Amino acid sequence: MKKNTSAVGEIKVSRGRLIKRDLRNNWSIYIMALFPLAYFIIFNYIPMGGILMAFQDFSIKKGLWGSKWVGMEQFIRYFNGPNFWRTFRNTLLISIYGLAFSFPFPIIFALCLNEVRNKKFKKVTQTISYLPYFISVVVVVSILNDFCKANGVLTQLAAAFGDTGGALISRPEWFRTLFIGSNMWQHLGYNAIIFISALAAIDPELYEAAVIDGAGRWKQTLYITLPGIASTIVVLLILRLGQIMNVGYEKIILMYGPTTFDTGDVISSYVYRVGIIDGNYSYSTAINLFNSVVNFIILFLGNTISRKISDTSLW
Amino acid sequence: MLQRTKGQKVFAVFNTIGLILLSIIFILPVWHVAMGSISDPLKVAASSGLILTPLGKPTLGGYRLVMQNNSIWISYMNTIIYVVASTTLGLILNILAAFVLSRKQLYFKSFFAFVVLFTMIFNGGLIPTFMVVRDLGMLDTRWALIIPGCLTAYNIILMRTSFSEIPEELYEAARIDGAGNFRILWQIVIPVSKAIIAVIVLFYAIQVWNAWFNASIYLPHADRNLYPLQLTLREIVLLSSENAIVADADGQDVEIYRPLIKYATIMVSVIPMMVIYPFVQKYFVTGVMIGSVKG
Repeated sequence: MKKNTSAVGEIKVSRGRLIKRDLRNNWSIYIMALFPLAYFIIFNYIPMGGILMAFQDFSIKKGLWGSKWVGMEQFIRYFNGPNFWRTFRNTLLISIYGLAFSFPFPIIFALCLNEVRNKKFKKVTQTISYLPYFISVVVVVSILNDFCKANGVLTQLAAAFGDTGGALISRPEWFRTLFIGSNMWQHLGYNAIIFISALAAIDPELYEAAVIDGAGRWKQTLYITLPGIASTIVVLLILRLGQIMNVGYEKIILMYGPTTFDTGDVISSYVYRVGIIDGNYSYSTAINLFNSVVNFIILFLGNTISRKISDTSLW
Repeated sequence: MLQRTKGQKVFAVFNTIGLILLSIIFILPVWHVAMGSISDPLKVAASSGLILTPLGKPTLGGYRLVMQNNSIWISYMNTIIYVVASTTLGLILNILAAFVLSRKQLYFKSFFAFVVLFTMIFNGGLIPTFMVVRDLGMLDTRWALIIPGCLTAYNIILMRTSFSEIPEELYEAARIDGAGNFRILWQIVIPVSKAIIAVIVLFYAIQVWNAWFNASIYLPHADRNLYPLQLTLREIVLLSSENAIVADADGQDVEIYRPLIKYATIMVSVIPMMVIYPFVQKYFVTGVMIGSVKG
């Protein structure tokens, strides 16, 4: 092995010595790192290893090492089964509708709030808008059930517009609307915070200059405000795209029932039913892996496209 | 301030009206439940609209029924235990991880950062995680609701961002005084980071307070004595097992006040949040803003 010292005074240290020195100087920091590291290994990385059971016919008795390997059988079973198309379609539809409706509204809300001159009114409105965020999903679904039972407020409201089908909560054609609508109610104010702070960060001099140039409020919004928050919008949009296959299944499970499976059953709720309720571990894990992979691809594509067209990206 | 044009004034009026209406929509569902919970039970059963004021003579009968129920109180205590224990553990791990990530010149820092960040985009999923919790022997114990999920990468990044803003000179000065990393963390970083610690505590605490799903899968055979509040709430309100609540109550009361049980139970679980949130919401705003800087 050659010696790693050059003549110009710049000392090249071998990797081994570098690590040794680093460990000697920073040993206490590494001890700190061990605790969170242990947590992530146990609760995140060991489960990732457990994904292997997607390629097995897993049995608890035999464990991961003793169970029979079946290759892609679980996946093929899912793709050929009647639930594949239903859960895949519902996942995408709920996600895409959700994105289309719940993404723009916090921006519009932030823009409207930005136009308010009265500081106190602005603050009170904003505080009220967070209220639903602090309510648990169990309570939100409870209230939704109450509003959508046969003589509930929303069912009555729909009836006033000529709807005759009875309780909204048990009807498949209403499931997505109710799911997305209640999500919007719960998260609008919270999701607006980031835009409100992005708006506050726009340099006021830009507006002054625009006024001197004769731009009205509308033109100011179009040429200063929107470009000012454009990068925030893009980053959040990519992040949301990365979550597109992750429909909030905890809420779905609370909301749906056999009568609404047709429109309400998504991949992750199916993973739950198959895995936890039926105890079909391998099958459930395979479906979940399919979900994660699709998600990963969408996130990757979204980020690549965004980097190409707008120079804004996550990595 | 510049003079507003006529168009701007008209817009301001509509804007204000729109925002007031929106605020009402945010409050109304909770208001409806609150008013329903103190209404005359017979009228509640028959009513089909929004309850804006108590129907009939206001009564606390529904609350009396809920108060008589032990499973509510037990699950309330459980939730408090879970919130305190899980948040404390999560906070300690979170501070350690954030401190490590905010230090410069660590050979293994990028490796550590990767280990943390990768958990944000990929995970083992429901069943493999369940199997680990099961293999650890945590099923049907309180630990299953305290340890799994107590630490999240997002909150670590949030705190790291805040820690990184502490001027390096403070560390240098402490090091010259002979302070080790543990002392630097305890005596310098933590005292100047109270705001971000408050934010993280709130993020974790609210998450645990509102959680129900893990309890529903990690307590498969446990009796109700380990249930957190949200799971009891789900049983009473969503699964309509009102028996869960009427078991301990006086028979006559039950018959009369049954329609109020759901409303009163919801209120009992929501009231603490509604009281606390106006005071803590500024920390939430801070948290979201720190998050937005780093993306």
